[in-house]
Amino acid sequence: MRIVLTVAGLTLREAARRRVLRSLAVLTIVLLSLSAWGFSRINAEYGGLTSGESKLAAALVLNLVMFGLSLIAALGTAFLAGPTVAGESESGIALAVLARPVRRAWVLLGKWLGLVAFGAGFVAVAGAAQLVIVQVTTGYWPPDPVTGLALLAAQSVTLLTLGLLLSTVISPMASGVVAVGLFGATWIAGVVGGLGQALGNASVERIGTVSQMLLPTDGLWRGAMRAFQDPTLISQFSEAFQGHPFLSSSPLTVAYLLWALVWVALVLALAGLAFQRRDL
Amino acid sequence: MTSPAVWASGLRKRYGKRQAVDGVTFEVGRGEVVALLGPNGAGKTTVIKMLLGLVRPDAGEVMLLGRPGTDPQSRARVGYLPELFRYQPWLTAAEVLRLHTRLASVTVPAAEQQDCLGLVGLADRAGDRVGGFSKGMQQRLGLAVALVARPELVVLDEPTSALDPIGRADVRDLLLSLREREVAVLLNSHLIGEVERVCDRVVILDHGRVATSGTLAELLGQRELRLRLEGVTAEAESCLGSYKKEGDQYVVPIIDLETVPDLVAALVKLGVRVHAVEPGRITLEERLLDIIRSGETS
Repeated sequence: MRIVLTVAGLTLREAARRRVLRSLAVLTIVLLSLSAWGFSRINAEYGGLTSGESKLAAALVLNLVMFGLSLIAALGTAFLAGPTVAGESESGIALAVLARPVRRAWVLLGKWLGLVAFGAGFVAVAGAAQLVIVQVTTGYWPPDPVTGLALLAAQSVTLLTLGLLLSTVISPMASGVVAVGLFGATWIAGVVGGLGQALGNASVERIGTVSQMLLPTDGLWRGAMRAFQDPTLISQFSEAFQGHPFLSSSPLTVAYLLWALVWVALVLALAGLAFQRRDL
Repeated sequence: MTSPAVWASGLRKRYGKRQAVDGVTFEVGRGEVVALLGPNGAGKTTVIKMLLGLVRPDAGEVMLLGRPGTDPQSRARVGYLPELFRYQPWLTAAEVLRLHTRLASVTVPAAEQQDCLGLVGLADRAGDRVGGFSKGMQQRLGLAVALVARPELVVLDEPTSALDPIGRADVRDLLLSLREREVAVLLNSHLIGEVERVCDRVVILDHGRVATSGTLAELLGQRELRLRLEGVTAEAESCLGSYKKEGDQYVVPIIDLETVPDLVAALVKLGVRVHAVEPGRITLEERLLDIIRSGETS
């Protein structure tokens, strides 16, 4: 356990000292400032909206901005996960560390834990700031903010776990690119699936379902969107929800959450196995 | 009986079609300084990495300080300087040492860690980030990392490759001090002069196999006699035994210098004119080249 915590601490320190944290903070502040300005305009420009319409607009834009935040978190952690194993193996940093009396699985778990703390911490701080901005500018407060932020954090954890697995078998840059590419592809497949559902086309709908099973990032993201939306909106504006990429019509099932958990555990175990067998 | 610091038996490793290591067996006794020599690609670094669990052997067994190599705890008292030495560039030198004492689960007081940096000439750079270090300084830091957790066995893979002559002399002194403290050392180095000065025993690898091994006395015990002769008949040649010709000199391997007067007398008796007789000792470099070349011809 001591080794796991030491490596987790080292990973967090790496993120802080390599200016990843600072770059993310700048990006986030830009996004939050833009969203603060945007939300204030919603109220100013659309004064004639009904309370329901203005809630829908706020929920929709909130989901859009949260998607931006989740993208920053996903990109940040995926590109941190790549160099942390593949980069250290290539550069030789891993040689001195792994020649110590440590199990490779503990080192990998420590890195994962450090990245999880980093990704989840970022989502919690930036997401909470965003919710406060929306509350101040529009008066909208989502029904279940904690679940929403937890699901966003889970999305980051899913992607960084995939990044970690990839970095045990391919180069650091490639692992970051592949992880982010798969993240984007799954999101698009989810949107396509939503359109299939709206159009009543089962085969197109299945694209979204299958991709959400293969990589649960999009499924978790849709669950998070649902937690940020006022539940009364669905009955009020059911047509707007049909196939909309930034509105979620169906809730996340417990079975899917369990699958996401199993998925992360499986991929982490695979990463451990691949790392254990890797010659340095 | 104390177990050896390193016990390796039948180590094999294949990379694709190339057999990098082919049945390597050797030992390093406690407190012994052993050099691993051989040409580039002989398998030295792969053997070292297999000892430390960094590369999985296809076959063979390893014991470090009495524990099986598959148990990470076998490396609890092992220090290692890799051939490819890189340390976390975002940490300071002092933080790198602290990290390694934690990874080794050893409590080493800060003052002792600082002394370790002083030993390798980095006392005044303890608070500087490693990212700003030159290659030579990183290698010095690597030596400090190898020594910081009070090792009983130190494995140094090309420890002077990035060092200036002063740094090399420092490493030599360091090796001698380790020997005095009875810390076992496995050293891979191309600097044969240094190996001759500090090592008790040598293991020579070639094409992934142990070509020969032994103490320096055993390997270099063979002497040679250089003779400049005139009028050498066939009968005189047979008297010289397994000689080789280098320019106008006959180089004859001999075991005992006491036999030289008798050999010269015999040659003179056979009508050979003897212009010069020069006894010499085979250097480790010559012995190494000899072994490698004979391996290539066979």
